[in-house]
Parts: sequence; C-alpha cells; structure tokens
Amino acid sequence: MLSFEDVGLRYGTGSEILTDLSFTVEPRSFQFLTGPSGAGKTTLLKLVLMSLEPTRGRITLFGRDAATLQKDEVTDIRRRIGVVFQDFRLLDHLSLYENVALPLRVIGRDEGSYRAEVLELLRWVGLETRITALPSVLSGGEKQRAAIARALIVRPELLLADEPTGNLDPTLARRLLRLFVELHKSGTSVVIATHDLALMDQYEAARRLVLADGRLHVFE
Amino acid sequence: MIRALLARRTTVETKDEATAVPLDEALARETPLVPTTSIAGRSLVIVIAIMTFLAALAAGAALLVADASVDWRSEVAREASVQIRPVAGRDVESDVVRATAILVAAEGVRDVKIYTRAESEALLAPWLGQGLDFAELPAPRMIVLKLVEGKRPDLAQLRRELAEQLPNAALDDHRLWVERLGQMAGAAVVVASLIFVLIVVAAGLTVAFATRAAMVGNREIIEVLHLVGAADRYIARQFQRRFVALGLRGGLIGGGCAMAFFLLSGYLADQWRATPGGDQIEAMFGSLSLGPRGFAVIAAISAAAGLLTGFMSQEIVFRQLRRLQ
Ligand SMILES: Nc1ncnc2c1ncn2[C@@H]1O[C@H](COP(=O)(O)OP(=O)(O)O)[C@@H](O)[C@H]1O
Ligand SMILES: [Mg+2]
Repeated sequence: MLSFEDVGLRYGTGSEILTDLSFTVEPRSFQFLTGPSGAGKTTLLKLVLMSLEPTRGRITLFGRDAATLQKDEVTDIRRRIGVVFQDFRLLDHLSLYENVALPLRVIGRDEGSYRAEVLELLRWVGLETRITALPSVLSGGEKQRAAIARALIVRPELLLADEPTGNLDPTLARRLLRLFVELHKSGTSVVIATHDLALMDQYEAARRLVLADGRLHVFE
Repeated sequence: MIRALLARRTTVETKDEATAVPLDEALARETPLVPTTSIAGRSLVIVIAIMTFLAALAAGAALLVADASVDWRSEVAREASVQIRPVAGRDVESDVVRATAILVAAEGVRDVKIYTRAESEALLAPWLGQGLDFAELPAPRMIVLKLVEGKRPDLAQLRRELAEQLPNAALDDHRLWVERLGQMAGAAVVVASLIFVLIVVAAGLTVAFATRAAMVGNREIIEVLHLVGAADRYIARQFQRRFVALGLRGGLIGGGCAMAFFLLSGYLADQWRATPGGDQIEAMFGSLSLGPRGFAVIAAISAAAGLLTGFMSQEIVFRQLRRLQ
C-alpha cells in the first residue's frame, strides 16, 4: 500500500531531516508514528501526501512510484487518502458542515447526496450543535474533531493523522482513538503520528514506527 | 461503515435538533470556495467597466463612421456634374442649352439643374473672394445631374456624346471624391478597431494580474483543495465563477454607460439639427444615433467582457496549477 526505500529528505541546503528511511505500511494495518517533537513526523506525512518530494530514494503508493505520477494520478491517489493535519487546515470562510463535506464536494457530488452521511459523522464526533459555525469561533478541540471528520468522510483506504488528539481531553482522545481503531478494523490502514505515550498505551496491538535522529526504527 | 460505528456509539448524547427548519436551507447553500472578499473585486469591476465603456465607444464610433460613409457615398454617387468652360468663339449660354438637351435625353438621369450665372459665381466666391467682378472672368457654368438610384447611366457613353458636340464640356462623375471619402472612412474605422483591440488587450492583462494576485492570496485554500483531492480543473472553475460574476458586473456597468452615452448624443444631435451648425455635424457623423444594430453590438461587448474575464482567469489558474507540483 505504501513503501519507502532509502528515502532521504533535506529542506533547502540544510542537513538531512530524514535519512535512509525504509519501511512499508500494509493494507489493513495500524501504526503509530512517534518520536520527539521536531523528529520529522509531519515531514514524513507530507512525503506520503506528495506535497514534498524526497531528496533521494523511492516512495511507492498503491503500487505506483510517486516520482512518475502524472498530476491527475496524484489527484486520484489523494482521494484514497484521508488526512488530519496538525494545524487542521480548515477553510475559514466555510461552515463546519461545508468543511467536513469538502472532499465530497470537490469530486462533484451533489449536496443532497451526502448530507445525511456528513451529519451522522458530525454527530459522532460531537459537533452536531456547531454545524453552521465558522472555524474562527471553534475551540482547538472542536477544530481538531472537524479535521478528523473531514478525513474520515471519504472512507479512505489510508488514513494519516498528525497529532490528532493533541488538543483533546483524555476522554475524547480515547473515544476518537476508538474511532480510528474501528476504521482500521473495517479495512483502512491507519498511521497516527503522535508523541502522546498515554495514547499509544491505549492500543498495544499497534505497530510503532519511531523516528529518532532522522532514522526510523520499527517495533512490531 | 459509519452507520455501523454509530450503532456502537455509547457516550455521545445528541442535542435536540430544534434548529432543523432554517438549517436545511443553510446546508444546501454552497459557499463559493474562493472567498468573495479575497479578490480586489471592486477595483476589478471598475477597471472592467471603464474598459468596456471605452471599447464600446470605439466600436460605436467605428459603426457610426462606417454607416455615415455609406450615406455620403451613395449620396455623392447619385450625382454628377457637367462644367461648360467659356472659350473664345463659343457662346456659353447656347452651349449650356445644348448640353442640357443631351443630358435630359440620356437614360438614367432623373433631374438636371442648371446653375445660373449668378449661382455659379456664388459657388466660386469662397475660393476667389467676394467683390470681384465676375463679368471680367471666364467663369465656367455648372449643370448638376441627379441620377436614378440603382440604374446609373452609362457615364462613359454620355461623356463621349458631350465631347462630340461640345469640346468645352467636362463631365465629372465624382468618382475621385467618392473614393477619397471611402478611404477616409476606412482609415477612421481601422483606427477605431485598433483602439478597440488595444483596449481588449489591456483588459486581458488586467484580468491576468488580478487572477495571479487572487491565486497568491488564496494559496492556502488552493493547497487544501489539492490535498482533499480536488483536480486542477475543478479549482480553476472555482476561480472562474468568481471572475465571471465580477466581469459581468463590470461589463454591464460599462456597456450601460456607453449605451446611455450614445442615446444622449443621438438626442442632442436631434436638438442641434434645427440649428445651422447641426447640418455640418450631421454631414460628418451621419445622424449620430447608433441604431439597434449598434446597441446590440454594445450589449454583446458587455457580455463578452464577463465571459472573457471568466474564461481568461480559468485558463490562467489552470496553467499556473499545472506548472506547480
Ligand atoms: N518548511 C520547512 N523548512 C525548513 N525546515 C523545516 C520545514 N518544516 C519542518 N522543518 C524542520 O524539520 C524538522 C522536522 O519537523 P517536523 O516534521 O515538523 O517534526 P515533527 O512533526 O516530528 O515535530 C524540524 O527541525 C523543523 O524545524
Ligand atoms: Mg509535527
């Protein structure tokens, strides 16, 4: 589903942030990507999303070499991936409902065809009373849940989440982790970047990919 | 899948949905993905309005001149004149009578008007100055022919007939004059068209700048749209929607002003026509009123301003996005 072979990355002319990364993410797998702040977790997720190009090495996504993809193919692959960004990246001028529905809207689906689905998901993440609110009036935790809902709405084959519980109280964090686990059980591969040890302890069965000093160590 | 998850849900309490009535509408309304406020909208509308106004003036002026020149030319072409020069040993008065007889007999001549001696002198006065004693001068006499429209006489044949009997007669069919008028009007139309093209190019460049600025201002949004799986075409279309709306608004304002301008000038020309100066203006610019065809052209220019604005911004956005990555 996803594999890195000897991938290295540097920003500009700086030193390598990521060095010789080689790992795979199998279909229907669940892993935490962890490491101290600044270790390169967000950078690694950007590589997967093809919003950064590796300085060297090869990244394969859904069986395709990422370096050889045409633009339309990049778009197709992104539609199979759900992402929760660390900084949420909600669109400030859209209501929460429209933000969550955005991935469906951009593939040309009619509003009527997805309304029930989106409302259900919003209810599930506890945002049913904030449907028409703009992101600027939401708390950090609410934005985070909206970002999670937006990533889940397309039922992605691969879910990437960058510190998805960073702004949530432990109870809500646990509930959302359970949502990710359910998603995994229904067939999605899940990668959660986090430095929250308590969160990882909640799901011992997960693989752990640990970034330290630019290198990756895998614990099955 | 989500339904299955919902079935398992334990801890969430759903709030009462008392707000359901207006909510339906609120959800169905799709906010434009490119925010309305993110484009320098008002300035763009004003610039496009001005450009449309100027383009419509240029087009309208070209149409007026072209129409007027058709009028002049057909009017001038409906006339010809014969000059009888006084020469030694010939009686001008009897030559005039003989020439008139030939001309009246010719087919295609509707009317013959002989300028009397006094009238001929009056025609020459502006060139020779007043107070001259024309009796001393061998002033030529003029005969003006009105020709039948659509059935011009064979002027070459007529010229030959005149020459046989009257060596001092010269037939002028005004062709040179007509040609020169045509060239002048043609040049005016070319200049107006050139101005029109320049305005369109300037408007295009303005839209290009505005589009690039809008893309820079909305870079964050473009990035998010890409990451949630929007295709370049889709994103370009979102920009196009906003720009079409702005372009149409500008086009309507500019086109409306141009129409008002021509209506007003047509009205004023009507008022002036009664005065002596009005005759001259009318001779130069025709009636100064544009007619339904002209207004249709202006309406088309207004609509084209909106559509072109939208089309251009879409293409620019699309190309810029392609170049990205
Ligand atoms: N756009 C960038 N340009 C230069 N350096 C960057 C950029 N983004 C991140 N970095 C650097 O790369 C390193 C890894 O950052 P990041 O991937 O955000 O780590 P993490 O998500 O694990 O906290 C940090 O040292 C950070 O300063
Ligand atoms: Mg990070």
